[in-house]
Amino acid sequence: MSKITSLADLKKKREELKSGLDIRIKAINPETIVQVKVAMATCGIASGAKTVMEFFLEQLERRNVAAVVTQTGCMGYCYAEPTIEVKLPGKDPVVFGFVDLKRADQIIEKYIKTGELVDGIIPMNYQTIDLKE
Amino acid sequence: MSKYSMHLLVCGGTGCHASESDAIVCNLRDELEAKGLMDSVQVILTGCFGFCEKGPIVKVMPDNTFYVQVKPEDAQEIVDEHIIKGRKVTRLLYRDPVTREPVSDSKHMGFFKKQLRIVLRNCGFINPENIDEYIARDGYQALGKVLTEMTPEEVIKVVKDSGQRGRGGAGFSTGLKWELARNNKSDEKYVVCNADEGDPGAFMDRSVLEGDPHSVLEAMAICGYSIGASNGLIYIRAEYPLAIERLKIAIKQAQEYGLLGKDIFGTGFNFDIKLRYGAGAFVCGEETALIHSMEGLRGEPTVKPPFPAEAGYLNKPTNVNNVETFAAIPVIILKGAKWFSSIGTEKSKGTKVFALAGKINNVGLIEVPMGTTLREVIFEIGGGIRNGKKFKGIQTGGPSGGCLSEKHLDTPIDFDNLIAAGSIMGSGAMIVLDEDDCMVSMAKFFLEFTVEESCGKCAPCRIGNKRLHELLGQICEGKGSLDDLDRLRNMSVVIKDTALCGLGQTSPNPVLSMMDNYYDEYVAHVTDKKCPAGQCKSLLEYVVNAENCVGCTACARVCPVNAISGERKEVHLIDPSICIKCGACIEKCKFDAIFIR
Repeated sequence: MSKITSLADLKKKREELKSGLDIRIKAINPETIVQVKVAMATCGIASGAKTVMEFFLEQLERRNVAAVVTQTGCMGYCYAEPTIEVKLPGKDPVVFGFVDLKRADQIIEKYIKTGELVDGIIPMNYQTIDLKE
Repeated sequence: MSKYSMHLLVCGGTGCHASESDAIVCNLRDELEAKGLMDSVQVILTGCFGFCEKGPIVKVMPDNTFYVQVKPEDAQEIVDEHIIKGRKVTRLLYRDPVTREPVSDSKHMGFFKKQLRIVLRNCGFINPENIDEYIARDGYQALGKVLTEMTPEEVIKVVKDSGQRGRGGAGFSTGLKWELARNNKSDEKYVVCNADEGDPGAFMDRSVLEGDPHSVLEAMAICGYSIGASNGLIYIRAEYPLAIERLKIAIKQAQEYGLLGKDIFGTGFNFDIKLRYGAGAFVCGEETALIHSMEGLRGEPTVKPPFPAEAGYLNKPTNVNNVETFAAIPVIILKGAKWFSSIGTEKSKGTKVFALAGKINNVGLIEVPMGTTLREVIFEIGGGIRNGKKFKGIQTGGPSGGCLSEKHLDTPIDFDNLIAAGSIMGSGAMIVLDEDDCMVSMAKFFLEFTVEESCGKCAPCRIGNKRLHELLGQICEGKGSLDDLDRLRNMSVVIKDTALCGLGQTSPNPVLSMMDNYYDEYVAHVTDKKCPAGQCKSLLEYVVNAENCVGCTACARVCPVNAISGERKEVHLIDPSICIKCGACIEKCKFDAIFIR
């Protein structure tokens, strides 16, 4: 381990290390930031959901969007894989289908950054029961 | 560093550690390895979450899922269901004690809702064995700030203005203590961390050292700079092996980074920390006794003055602070005195960590702003009394504290309110008592502890407490009189006034407060020879209810001393002079025909 010889050194080190705790820090108030859920069942992964998830993880950070990216199970839209659900703070979640890297890029630039909808939205066709909060 | 998308935090505090949390970590890692997920999911062993009641705890981030009572064999299901398929494992979720509904997000748990975590900010959040995670959480920034931007006097002023008072129990102003140590000139001074946590039921110091050891190291260095000391010593009991282990790792890592040692941050300031082990004597939590123990002498207190700030360890000026006091210091430095003093009550600032134990649903470690009421602590955070029983009292401050009753439930907790109510803050142990607890036996129980832990140096504590204990024993056996109650009170007052150190001066507190708040119960023991809570065996009588007894002889056959007589199909009779009150007959009787009075 190299020595920390000045306060500037320590500050630099903190910035380097901070991203390691990002996931935990963001989890403190997830409803205030963008939440992206990627459907990662067998069918989703086979259609490239893993690449899409990595893209979101990497790009959201690179583009300075505070977001939580998690994986979830099959959402039931097998015809439209890969599918993702995006929840902006204070809004209802929106599901997007056929998400390749190009569409993922659009979702970040348009929907997440400006709230403008993009192609590929899958209308909600069900209601869920809410486990007691 | 690879890009993780998920963190699994596994509690590695002593409680969860004992329930195989190490094996849980191993199994989780094995499962992730087998499923090829090692690069995207990270498993981290953390310090105590405070929710010891339901350990071991596994928390999944970023979705805040809080799994309780996890077993090593559950690892596979967590990985298969939650991580791969995104479905929470409902069977392992925490259930609301009232509605019995599973709570999926830990933020909705009553236990965490009212808490404000300053001292415990990193416990259960970072890996205590990795200094990098502490640095990522602004660790050692406060030390950097004081060394490069502040004079020692300025640091002391901030600590003084923050209103922080010693969390070891006495509640003395931390800043003032530092100032006294600074003003005594000497070629060498010492900073001592008192980690000799001895109150039965208190485990906050251990949890801080196990969960966030660097916060204490950093604060000790800040204190060293402020008072002009370059040596730090942590006095810790050998009964805390995990805390010792983590401290050793933390000290080594800090030294390797140059955050402890010579010329820290290139400022020319030197500070290093060593460990000193205690053998686990209650009296060594008293600062003069602690210092003697560190010097290799008997752990006995001496009269103050001289205070340690004048002549402490090796006769040099020494500043002794408790673990919890230190752990808040870096936050106070970074966020300022004003911020800290905005939390809490007029004379008690900031937050306090409490260890909840006894007849309460959520046994564990909590941190709340000063001024939170006992009712909020017991019924909202603590989840109420176990098995739906009735609340009777709460012993705060351990065996040196007092027992508060229902009428104190809405008292805002702070140093002065607790004293006014007849108890003390102490280290923050809270033992909750329910309707089945006898207040004479409880007082006897706490005195048993002080009698055993008394160092024997002064007569009031050595002899007086022994006599108090004997008197209480007699009352429990039905051999007490009303005069004895007066004797109890008088003797207690004398011991309080004349004992040498804090141990003796506070030891009669449980007796006095319990007599104040539950006097009727004491009178019942001496005049009616009855124990209303049904705990004092000698005062109980086992009686047959003639209406219910069918004469089956089952009780007579099970009685080990042949105290029950009666013909078959006729009402039986228990001879109280032979009965040893073992309770075997009650258990055996199918007709509810035997009761206690």
